Amino acid sequence: MTIDSVRGAPDTPELAEPELVQLLTPEGERVEHPDYPLDLSAEEVRDLYRDLVIVRRLDLESVALTRQGELGLWPSLLGQEAAQIGSGRALSENDMAFPTYREHGVAWCRGVDHLNMVGLFRGVSHGGWDPAEHNFHLYTVVIGAQTLHATGYAMGVQRDGVVGTPSATATIAYFGDGATSQGDVNESFVFASVFNAPIVFFCQNNQWAISEPLERQSRIPLYQRAQGYGFPGLRVDGNDVFACLAVTRKALENAREGQGPTLIEAFTYRMGAHTTTDDPTRYRLKAEEEAWKLKDPIERVKAYLVRNDYADTGYFDKVEDEAKQLARDLRNRCLSLPDPKPLTMFDHVYAEHHPLMTEEQEQFAAYLASFEEEAK
Amino acid sequence: MTTLTLGKAMNEGLRKALENDPKVLVMGEDVGKLGGVFRVTDGLQKDFGEERVIDTPLAESGIVGTAIGLALRGYRPIVEIQFDGFVFPAADQIITQLAKMRMRSLGALSLPVVIRIPCGGGIGAVEHHSESPEAYFTHTPGLRVVTCSNPVDAYTMIQQSVLSPDPVIFFEPKRRYWDKAEVDVESAPSDWTPLHQARIVHPGEHATLLAYGPSVKTCLEAAAADEGRSLEVIDLRSLSPLDIDTVVESVNRTGRCVVVHEAPVFNGFGAELAARITERCFYRLESPVLRVGGFSTPYPPSRNEDDYLPDLDRILDAVDRTFAW
Ligand SMILES: Cc1ncc(C[n+]2csc(CCOP(=O)(O)OP(=O)(O)O)c2C)c(N)n1
Ligand SMILES: [Mg+2]
Repeated sequence: MTIDSVRGAPDTPELAEPELVQLLTPEGERVEHPDYPLDLSAEEVRDLYRDLVIVRRLDLESVALTRQGELGLWPSLLGQEAAQIGSGRALSENDMAFPTYREHGVAWCRGVDHLNMVGLFRGVSHGGWDPAEHNFHLYTVVIGAQTLHATGYAMGVQRDGVVGTPSATATIAYFGDGATSQGDVNESFVFASVFNAPIVFFCQNNQWAISEPLERQSRIPLYQRAQGYGFPGLRVDGNDVFACLAVTRKALENAREGQGPTLIEAFTYRMGAHTTTDDPTRYRLKAEEEAWKLKDPIERVKAYLVRNDYADTGYFDKVEDEAKQLARDLRNRCLSLPDPKPLTMFDHVYAEHHPLMTEEQEQFAAYLASFEEEAK
Repeated sequence: MTTLTLGKAMNEGLRKALENDPKVLVMGEDVGKLGGVFRVTDGLQKDFGEERVIDTPLAESGIVGTAIGLALRGYRPIVEIQFDGFVFPAADQIITQLAKMRMRSLGALSLPVVIRIPCGGGIGAVEHHSESPEAYFTHTPGLRVVTCSNPVDAYTMIQQSVLSPDPVIFFEPKRRYWDKAEVDVESAPSDWTPLHQARIVHPGEHATLLAYGPSVKTCLEAAAADEGRSLEVIDLRSLSPLDIDTVVESVNRTGRCVVVHEAPVFNGFGAELAARITERCFYRLESPVLRVGGFSTPYPPSRNEDDYLPDLDRILDAVDRTFAW
């Protein structure tokens, strides 16, 4: 018995290689794209470089902390720095971001202390930051759920009557290639489309959903899905921070001006394991990882800076030192994170008094106190 | 006899089910090449092929919904939900579709779908990976709900579940995946404990501890630690249907009962047990049935889970209270 559908590759004739928006080649050469002009000063490029290096360093430190047993697990962003920094730096202050669990780079752009993420995966909180303070929502672990929240948020912006005005707010929803199979994500496309919501769907196609390659989720390039829902979609080189910045900026502008949603597929690669508990050698080839290594998002910016004499070794060393210092600082602060006190479990479950919370909290307090009595 | 972990015993049971019936399928996220995030389906795709051990798109409603369709076409899908917290996207398909179709068709349709769900806490996981959602399903007529607590039951109960003409929700206590025991993989199904029968796993005289899934081991530890009293421990194994007779027989002997589960106590499965025991054992009870479980809060950050989960001390404290009544 053979079944065509389990063969993986489509039987349809080879689709033409989809267009990929790229502004900086892996070799660090600047290329122009008619739809996405981008003028960056030397300083702006250096800032992007600094962002990329720092988020990678903080991520590596988080992996190390996990290996040493300090965190339960860690979903690394390794390889996806450009997609996250490019899109994250495209946001203006008022824009609202809805992340998955891997958007540590976007969090950095929104000024959310990396210690919060580390705390979440250490198990001292379920988040810890105030989403409204940073315009960066809580991490969402349940795949795809946040895309509907983002769409609803954007519908709220619409109802505020600010779309098309200077105080317009765009919303950006992050999700992965695997998430595109979820009902929630497809429903968010429908809602965003029929209501013309001011939203950008930013899909980091890192080629894998744990062990499942993209072919398990789609037979067409993901960005082409948008067409079926009635809004534009495009594919960008997700390892090119310039291109990610440019396309996201434009999509956000379109949203703010009332032109509705855009789907951006950032074509990138998950260089590490799914999380620290995963073992990718069971399902993918080293050669694939090696091939993607050549497209590293940081090396190409460095090459560009060198090529144009925008930065020298002194600058690179300085950034390196700063990243190292931040990592050291992160480690120290992580190690001194206190475990939450047992009775705090009952806090914040409801806004207002709930007798069951009080009852159980009091009983548990008395129970804990009985041990202290015994110890005396 | 072979020494197997609970996870490996599940794997062997699934393998037998696939061998015994070509209509049996295994489907879910990452169950194929990876062998599941807990390796429960390790090697099955290699041995039974991609047609029968299916890595599905990432969509729980899709997984259960298509499993229903496959069952309508004569297959017996064993579905894996990767973690307890991710079963809810499939809630409509399970609660509204899967559970009701037999009755809606006046018995014409049979949906032998098994939904495997690693459940419970204790592994230091991030949110949504430590839930105990059994009561949502025991509250749904049309579903059978079972849970194993040890490798032998894992091996036998999964095979029995596959044979069930009704849908079965099969909970696997994830923090016990690595527990080992001797399993007789050659044993005849006729020698196995029936799927819906409870088992006294530690006989005792003074009080009955009722548990299932991950809490059985904790209760056994509590019974061993209690030097003054002899505690009987019952592994319920099946929550729906419930083997209430085994429970009633025990409580009528001991006169005291403590129910232990990880799910929040309020409206948890223990409430059903307490009510039924009160109805059946009223004159034999020396004290009210007490419940020990999770608190009525969302599952806390993992650094708090030792406070949240019922442990030996909290179980023995409840036993003390039944004696102090
Ligand atoms: C509803 C739901 N089902 C399953 C999971 C388990 N899970 C966590 S991450 C993941 C894969 C996600 O892949 P993708 O969307 O591509 O994002 P990536 O991890 O690659 O960033 C799965 C299946 C989950 N978190 N939520
Ligand atoms: Mg992915």
